[in-house]
Amino acid sequence: MLRVIEYIGSLIIKFADETGRILILLFSTLKQMILPPYEIRNIIKQMLEIGVMSVPVVLITAIFTGMVLALQTYTGFKRFGAESLVGSVVALSMTREMGPVLTGLIVTGRAGAAMAAELGTMRVTEQIDALETLATNPVKYLIVPRFLSGALMLPALTVLSDIIGIIGGYIITVGLFGASSAQYWRRVWDYLELEDIYNGLIKACFFGASIALISCYKGFYTSGGAEGVGKATTGAVVLSFMTILISDYFLSAWLFK
Amino acid sequence: MIRIVNVHKTFGANHVLRGVNLEIKKGESMVVIGGSGSGKSVLIKHIIGILKPDSGDIFVDNINIVNLKETELNKIRKKFGMLFQGAALFDSLRVWENVGFSLLRERTYSEKEVRRIASEKLRLVGLAGVEDLMPSELSGGMKKRVGLARAIAHNPEILLYDEPTTGLDPIMADAINDLIIEMREKLSVTSVTITHDMQSAYKIADRIAMLYEGKIIEVGTPDEIKQTENPIVRQFITGSAAGPIRIEGVTA
Repeated sequence: MLRVIEYIGSLIIKFADETGRILILLFSTLKQMILPPYEIRNIIKQMLEIGVMSVPVVLITAIFTGMVLALQTYTGFKRFGAESLVGSVVALSMTREMGPVLTGLIVTGRAGAAMAAELGTMRVTEQIDALETLATNPVKYLIVPRFLSGALMLPALTVLSDIIGIIGGYIITVGLFGASSAQYWRRVWDYLELEDIYNGLIKACFFGASIALISCYKGFYTSGGAEGVGKATTGAVVLSFMTILISDYFLSAWLFK
Repeated sequence: MIRIVNVHKTFGANHVLRGVNLEIKKGESMVVIGGSGSGKSVLIKHIIGILKPDSGDIFVDNINIVNLKETELNKIRKKFGMLFQGAALFDSLRVWENVGFSLLRERTYSEKEVRRIASEKLRLVGLAGVEDLMPSELSGGMKKRVGLARAIAHNPEILLYDEPTTGLDPIMADAINDLIIEMREKLSVTSVTITHDMQSAYKIADRIAMLYEGKIIEVGTPDEIKQTENPIVRQFITGSAAGPIRIEGVTA
């Protein structure tokens, strides 16, 4: 019994310790973001890496998500004669949930893992120490560009994902089931509010910042050589996934009242 | 020039530095020797302010760097150049961008000028025509040379060498030793080297200090060290497994 309590206690302490350290890193990132000089070149490089390079995989995921949403809702809703509503379901699901969350998960797998591995390797090969000896703040040089790019590029990718998902839904509803094209688009626009889109983008922005912060944190504080880098990468992906899925619930409850 | 006063540092349960005192004079070449895990790297990282001591003071040109703000500390850091054990070159940058890193960031020179300066520093460490290579394309010895070129790019007054000969073949190691001596003669820098390679220590040192169990237990010229009465230092410099030094994880 005592062992169980001890174990739970150690988990809570670890959680509090890690949360605290991530928050400290967040504050120092925000501080370095404001202070000049600005890392324009690095920011653009990271935007390309996190944003542009993720476009193909985001597009593929989005189109199939839109397609499967249409497939399931069409066949399901047909049972009670509501198949005309597929356009609305696809549009609302994509903009409010699937767009931001799936994009977040994909960017975690692609860019988050890469960030943790890159920073982790830089840590264990003393490149981060070398930055300091060259009078360069490593948070400013390494973390600020990734954090900013995450927060900016995830909403941009989500917009793409929303659009392509809805097109995916169209392909199945109209192309496969032969429903009316005009009705699909009317249903998309009838129930879709601007609020759905920008609340989805607010979530995406939060996810993007979280992924970058968590992945950089895990990489930045890596220790223990190659094994440590592996652990940091896994840790970054797992923690980012959990953060996205858990915060998604609370953000949704708060934003979509 | 550098004065380390009663520095303590603990990592978790590991009390690494236990009151280190050491003075390094302007222009001299100080070599700190000690076994693996004795805290040599930790000590050198304190000198340049990457690590902060739990207690104690570190003076560089009579300025205590322990509680300096980052901008102030960065001014001090510009007096230093450091060569890391694994060279710590930035993987994503070309050789010339690595060498000119601090100059590119200061933006006082154009890119073209930085490239020219980088080539010049590379020539000084015996490399030519590698400017556009990536670090992954270099051999271990070349990486160390590039690392050294990067360390001297901003004309520092003090050079720190973290195990400069470790991981190199004996001939390459000796070439690096010669380079360290050459740097001192050409650039008249003060240098601090940490190593466990005694051949290297004798060759490059004006004075040698031995770090053992978190303290400096002896300081002297290479000749004085060679003739030391201290059994711990004796054992270390002769490289014998038998003696007062405990080998970690091994019970006698």
